[in-house]
Amino acid sequence: MNLIADALAWIFSGNPGGGLASIPVALGQHLAFAFIAVVIAALIAVPAGWAIGHTGRGRDIAVAISGAARAIPSFGLLLLLVLLLGVLHKPEAAIVTFVLLAIPSLLAGAYTGLEAIDRATIDAARAVGMTPWQVLWRVEVPLGLPLLLGGFRAATLQVVATVTIAAYTNLGGLGQYIITGLPLRRFDMVLGGALLVAVLALVLDAVFALLIAFALPRGVRAASRRPDRSTRRRGVAPAAA
Amino acid sequence: MTWVLENLDLIWALSLEHIRQSLIAIVLSFLIAIPLGAVAWRFRLVRGPLLTITGLLYTLPSLALLVLLPTALGISLLSELNLIIALVLYGVALMVRAVAEGLDSVDPDARLAAVAMGYGSARRFVRVDLPLAGPVILAGLRVTSVSTIALATVGILVGTTNLGYLFTNGYGRRIIEEILSGIVAVALIAVVVDVLLVVLGRIALPWTRRAPVRPVVVAGGAA
Repeated sequence: MNLIADALAWIFSGNPGGGLASIPVALGQHLAFAFIAVVIAALIAVPAGWAIGHTGRGRDIAVAISGAARAIPSFGLLLLLVLLLGVLHKPEAAIVTFVLLAIPSLLAGAYTGLEAIDRATIDAARAVGMTPWQVLWRVEVPLGLPLLLGGFRAATLQVVATVTIAAYTNLGGLGQYIITGLPLRRFDMVLGGALLVAVLALVLDAVFALLIAFALPRGVRAASRRPDRSTRRRGVAPAAA
Repeated sequence: MTWVLENLDLIWALSLEHIRQSLIAIVLSFLIAIPLGAVAWRFRLVRGPLLTITGLLYTLPSLALLVLLPTALGISLLSELNLIIALVLYGVALMVRAVAEGLDSVDPDARLAAVAMGYGSARRFVRVDLPLAGPVILAGLRVTSVSTIALATVGILVGTTNLGYLFTNGYGRRIIEEILSGIVAVALIAVVVDVLLVVLGRIALPWTRRAPVRPVVVAGGAA
């Protein structure tokens, strides 16, 4: 456990050494890249996913995109784009890579969220006279929110993981301590960097878990807390009729 | 294309290395996830904690896991074993859930019929539960195999040579073709293994031939 103690000492030393950025700066870079990428990806993928979920059209294309994206190694894509766009446009190339990686999860979260809604609920919304836009904004989007946030969770974690690897291109972020420390055999720095990355991922995961728990509309939360009563009532109804 | 044609031997050798490492990880994930998934499905109290732990493992970024694992297990950071253990952990995290959900999907009447015909619990699990859970498990295995093959490239950052070598070497020498050929090779291997799994699934689960199961979209994380 000596290694862990060294890593913790390195984290709290306040000076990473090796001419690298301080931990708060690296953390800031890491979060900024992840945030920008997820926001841009969301602007593209969420409206598209909602359109697919609302109309039921284009689902096969979305499934194909998600499947194909999984087969592309993100590390290779990043290095390819940095070379293609030129080393001077490294941040742009990195953002494009992260956006491409975040899109499938967000797309899936958006359309599965709408698909999972009970058709009877949507029929009821139409029956009380809601326009298609009202059905979308006041029924489908709120009910699909938990699964959409699940998509945000997956996309964010994937981007955070890839930003770590992107330190290979001198992009900054918390991964730079691992990438720089390995050839220098500075294992306190390598392990410290890995611990910071792991903690960042776990904290973000927990934040999303909390958001998802609170995103469930109040009515749905109340209903899901008492599953017995609703099933019992449903069971009684046919007998009475 | 000239770079590719001149280096076909290198690409081929790295591809074989890549396939070997990935297949070991995929097969081990499958073999470990079946009993774990069965335990999660059978014992409700175990299910929550087990799925939470594997889910948390899956949230850990690959580069961090590749550094933390050797420290925790006392193996060399640069050894191939390190990469394979990390890939197996990610694979098991994906597969355990698929196995538990596959067993959930088995019609309880089929299970009761097997009991009525005198199947003991072990034989029933192997002959009835597992085959009927097959389509869902296969969908999970396909997701696992594709992401394992893509993820293995990160191994080059901790000294394990596979197709990831074409990325770092191509980047260092500024050869776009080299990186691109690495990406294409990884994607091709992923597609070929996926097709093989579908064919194996059709042979092993002949009753699913008529109604193909749509691949499950698992909103997944770690890169």
